[in-house]
Amino acid sequence: MTAPLVRVRDLHVRFVSKDATVQAVNGVDFDLMPRETLCILGESGSGKSVTLRALMRLNPPRRTVMTGTVMVGGHDMVAVPEALLPNIRGSVVSMIFQEPMTALDPVFTVGTQIRETIRRHEGVSGAEAGRRALELLELVQIPSAKRRLGAYPHELSGGLRQRAMIAIALSCRPKVLLADEPTTALDATVQIQILLLLRRLQAEMGLGVVFVTHDLGVAGEVADRVAVMYAGRFIEEGPVGALMREPLHPYAQGLLGATVHAGVRGRRLVTIPGAPPDIRDLPPGCAFAPRCRVVEPVCLATVPEARVPVPGRAARCVRVMDQVQGQVQEVAA
Amino acid sequence: MIGYLVRRVLYAVPIALAVSLVCFMLVHIAPGDPVNAIVPPDAPQAVVDQIKHEYGLDKPLPVQFGLWLAHVGQGDLGRSLATGRSVWSDLAPAVANTLRLAVAASLVGFVFGVGLGALAGAFRGRWVDRVATTFAVAGVSVPHYWLGMVMVILFSVTLGVLPAMGAGPGGDSGWAWDWEHARFLVLPAVTLSVIPMGIVTRTVRGVVSEILNQDFVNTLRGKGLRRPGIVLHVVKNAAPTALSVMGLQLGYLMGGSILVETVFSWPGTGFLLNSAIFQRDIPVLQGTILVLALFFVALNLLVDVVQTAIDPRIKRA
Repeated sequence: MTAPLVRVRDLHVRFVSKDATVQAVNGVDFDLMPRETLCILGESGSGKSVTLRALMRLNPPRRTVMTGTVMVGGHDMVAVPEALLPNIRGSVVSMIFQEPMTALDPVFTVGTQIRETIRRHEGVSGAEAGRRALELLELVQIPSAKRRLGAYPHELSGGLRQRAMIAIALSCRPKVLLADEPTTALDATVQIQILLLLRRLQAEMGLGVVFVTHDLGVAGEVADRVAVMYAGRFIEEGPVGALMREPLHPYAQGLLGATVHAGVRGRRLVTIPGAPPDIRDLPPGCAFAPRCRVVEPVCLATVPEARVPVPGRAARCVRVMDQVQGQVQEVAA
Repeated sequence: MIGYLVRRVLYAVPIALAVSLVCFMLVHIAPGDPVNAIVPPDAPQAVVDQIKHEYGLDKPLPVQFGLWLAHVGQGDLGRSLATGRSVWSDLAPAVANTLRLAVAASLVGFVFGVGLGALAGAFRGRWVDRVATTFAVAGVSVPHYWLGMVMVILFSVTLGVLPAMGAGPGGDSGWAWDWEHARFLVLPAVTLSVIPMGIVTRTVRGVVSEILNQDFVNTLRGKGLRRPGIVLHVVKNAAPTALSVMGLQLGYLMGGSILVETVFSWPGTGFLLNSAIFQRDIPVLQGTILVLALFFVALNLLVDVVQTAIDPRIKRA
């Protein structure tokens, strides 16, 4: 078996300020294989973007306390000195951001922003970088690429800007691509174009992709595996098909139950009562327990360990084993 | 671009007209009579009338203004009531002196302002920021004529290292770029630089910290740029705002600070205006203010052009 591109063990990220300590990520474990897409699914404030940024150590350095193991493409992102980080960012691992309008510098042309990335990492001549930039714009299917090299971000549409962003991210052939809700700010038709483009590029370049989203439909479209995040923990992880068909964790069940998809035609959508916990002051037990309809006393005492009912799937819920056994019995009977 | 420039230059004409008219009216609204400043108090009425006639002061105000405009249109700013010399011969060296003072003061002010502001913006909330902000607030708040006097007491009277007044050997028009003259420039320039320094510090601090909080800085870090590369992006983003503030400040300095030039007896436009106001020397006042207004307009135009060149989002409409 090949080694994973990304290996995360017991990742904790805390933001420390004078007023409060925010526990954004509380013990996340996962592996990402080459050519694999992992989708981190969660609502706002669940810690998904912080987890993603931790993979590049992009969280604000002065306020962030990061512990655990984060290996990306063989680099230890927790221990690597600050001065060496720029060599890893952009060349081993790079990121696409949510808002293509603000993620590009408004006063430099798209071409300049691609060229400076290439020249930074590969030390090639300006002409060579320019040639590569043109190739990249063609790779991300920007029409009239040559002319667009000289365009400023505000002269491009949202979809084209996001394509330019992807071109920058891929300009130095990274092994791992991190995507932070790259389609959230785009309208639906452009969204699917960008997703298809990302999928094609991933296959062509053999990238490992970590994709953060709150959109179940997007996750279904791009993911090989899905991790559902709640209050800074992966509460469930598994292959996209199985997880979407048959979620194990009550929160994941609630999430799918509250979403419009083909299976719910004619039925009322079920909502999850309550609101996510305050991550400045997490409960000692399962963070979802206060909202859970099948909560047990043990849930309130300690954080449930991840249980693995079948290989490749995991959930942090005390009921998971029973549930699967029950289903096995049903099938047997 | 050429059309835009021509249009902007033409805009200066109504501005200059309006400034002249307002200034003309103010001088006439204010109490006092220019002729009284020239003739001895016991001069017979006939003499007063004759002088008034010679200078055209007996004509109705609109006619006076019209005559003045017609002359200005031919490049003639008129004659000083107080000295009888042509206005231009007094104004030209004064403008040159003020220009030297303004450029020196803005160099000092902008260099320190940009430096302190950039540091404060980059390290917002830390001690560097607090020190820089304190400097900025002090710079804007301290009355500069008072600061000027304190500096004279300290450096000229007590330490005796720098001259207290004047523009050096040769007087009004004997300037040369050597230490003999430049040492006269130090105290007024530093005094005058304090306010622009404070304003530029605060502006640059605000712009830099705002830019550093923008998403694209994360993109830059995310693609592996090192600090110098990121600084380049911040500079180009901050430049339009910083330049427009600096342009305005240079404009104010060009106006010549009446107070600071008076404290240091610096023979610039502020000094000239001061004496012209006391003597009700209308032609000198009018000419000086017109030239200063034109400077201001030209400076704004320059800032606009530079801004447009830097920031592609500003359209040359």
